[in-house]
Amino acid sequence: MYVAVKGGEAAITNAHRLLAARRRGDTDVPGLTLAQIAGQLSLAVDRVMGEGSLYDPELAALAVKQARGDLIEAVFLLRAYRTTLPRFGHSEPVDTCAMVVERRISAVYKDLPGGQLLGPTFDYTHRLLDPTLAGDEPVEAPATATAGSEKVTRVSDILGDEGLIEEDAMLDASRPVADITRTPMEFPMERDARLQTLARGDEGFLLALAYSTQRGYARSHPFAGEIRIGEVDVEVTIPELGFAVVIGRIRLTECQMVNQFKGSAKAPPQFTRGYGLVFGQAERKAMAMSLCDRALRASELGEDIVAPAQDEEFVLSHCDNVQSTGFVEHLKLPHYVDFQAELDLVRRMRAEHFKAAASTDDAATDDTQEAAE
Amino acid sequence: MTSPATDAPEPTLARYNFAYLDEQTKRMIRRAILKGIAIPGYQVPFASREMPMPYGWGTGGVQVTAAIIGPDDVLKVIDQGADDTTNAVSIRAFFARTAGVATTTATPEATIIQTRHRIPETKLREGQVLVYQVPIPEPLRFLEPRETETRKMHALEEYGLMHVKLYEDIARNGRIATTYAYPVKVEGRYVMDPSPTPKFDNPKMHRSEALQLFGAGREKRIYAIPPHTDVVSLDFEDHPFEIQSFDQPCALCGGEGVYLDEVVLDDRGGRMFVCSDTHHCESRRAEGHRGALLGDEASADAASATVKEEM
Repeated sequence: MYVAVKGGEAAITNAHRLLAARRRGDTDVPGLTLAQIAGQLSLAVDRVMGEGSLYDPELAALAVKQARGDLIEAVFLLRAYRTTLPRFGHSEPVDTCAMVVERRISAVYKDLPGGQLLGPTFDYTHRLLDPTLAGDEPVEAPATATAGSEKVTRVSDILGDEGLIEEDAMLDASRPVADITRTPMEFPMERDARLQTLARGDEGFLLALAYSTQRGYARSHPFAGEIRIGEVDVEVTIPELGFAVVIGRIRLTECQMVNQFKGSAKAPPQFTRGYGLVFGQAERKAMAMSLCDRALRASELGEDIVAPAQDEEFVLSHCDNVQSTGFVEHLKLPHYVDFQAELDLVRRMRAEHFKAAASTDDAATDDTQEAAE
Repeated sequence: MTSPATDAPEPTLARYNFAYLDEQTKRMIRRAILKGIAIPGYQVPFASREMPMPYGWGTGGVQVTAAIIGPDDVLKVIDQGADDTTNAVSIRAFFARTAGVATTTATPEATIIQTRHRIPETKLREGQVLVYQVPIPEPLRFLEPRETETRKMHALEEYGLMHVKLYEDIARNGRIATTYAYPVKVEGRYVMDPSPTPKFDNPKMHRSEALQLFGAGREKRIYAIPPHTDVVSLDFEDHPFEIQSFDQPCALCGGEGVYLDEVVLDDRGGRMFVCSDTHHCESRRAEGHRGALLGDEASADAASATVKEEM
């Protein structure tokens, strides 16, 4: 009876054994390889790398496999590994203008230097289930062309020439780069820390907030100035060498949102910007991030803060899905000590309530009798 | 409580330091702890790490324990007062594995006790450290959701809002309707959340001989109560603070003046009340105390409480 609550250790071991078997599934079916996950579920892997804030497709694929496809669980696995890694330093800012673009579109110009390049996109596909994918039909080799020599100028630079759009935000270069993994969150937050927080924020949460700004909760009249996906070099300055060396390449998705701005006491009328930058191919996330970034700049631009998406503490404290899922799911843990305390209180208060009700009932009965009399 | 930098000899792909955290992180956490001890009840922000267990499941407590534990420490972990609840088992196993330390269920034998929701019934002594797992460290959070505001209120010692809340409780319900996480004032200065322990445990914090450390991982805060510090539960002169009392003794060990859990026996309203502190209950039974419902199979062996697992 009371003994029944014991044996947590054996229960945990057995539960994990069952989990391992369920994860593997039917053993008559070959197990997934990491190369299959990284190669064929690459957008899941990209999301896990982005929100896990660790660029390693192989480890992210392992996390997806271990998490049975639960992406938030996979993000958590990757984060818990990342946090044990030493930090050697930080890279130079990546130059997305020099990106080898695979996709680059702008919604604000019909054509522009570097051209519109659709790349591997779901856009304009008809969302009809394709039964041939149930098998392993060969696919056509993609059509390729040689890259033009034309520089793929960033749309913000084109608009910037006329002063129509605000310039790139500059932080004091002597100030150390923020690192949200090494310093506790403090509000108000500088934009670098804010962008880091958004970059690994939950795609669904940021998407919903971004959507809310389009529906009038802090409307910002956005235009997709530019979205580009491709690879960039990562450079690190080695103190012993005194110059930057390339340590590798990463795939990024960058979104520059261009927003109408009437001007305020603090800034002249001009287009403002929201910025999104995410690991891998993660267009929805980059767009949502840039809308949220713009909304969060309300106080900087002298706008009224009237909507959830503009509320820094609200957005940044709740966008991390590892934190959110942990705290929501901790409700599964035993809480019977606190519940006992509440039971006791509610019992006492109910007893008093019914006692009081009974005495007023008596009084009421008396009244009716009096009236009848 | 010193911990030499030793690599755990795990022949696996990933290698982890003694007690999981790297030494730089431990140093950062120890600094936050020292600051917390220097300013009792003040919430020190710290760069909380992701841990291999979820946020909200004790990551703050685990980080504090990992930062202070050494190879000679003896660790006890309780959840709801019990050593055998699943999460307590899990955290104890984590340190047995990553630090190779001795673990115990016996309160007096432990040098570090990590807890969730209870303070042991056995009086703690000098040299022991009680590490609390804290979900929401800010006592003013549910009165004012903004961190920027609550920090200001603490700085200005502006606790009127809390007193108004307690007063409104009395006006509405005739009593203060807070039964756990009951706010306290530490050393006459900071109002502090004692973590969601039942208010029954609040008096145990007052001038405790043990060092009390509080870790909130998700909220990235550490705070502390040094030994012999005044910890006073908030109240009013005409509505003095009082703790829960139970109408009956523990059904297993006959203990009185302890916190009891209600155990449902059947679907016909049968209930029994037993000690929430399992070690307290077991040691009383070992001493020969018997409660009304104790069967003959009382095989609980409090003597063999401390074990050191092989790595």
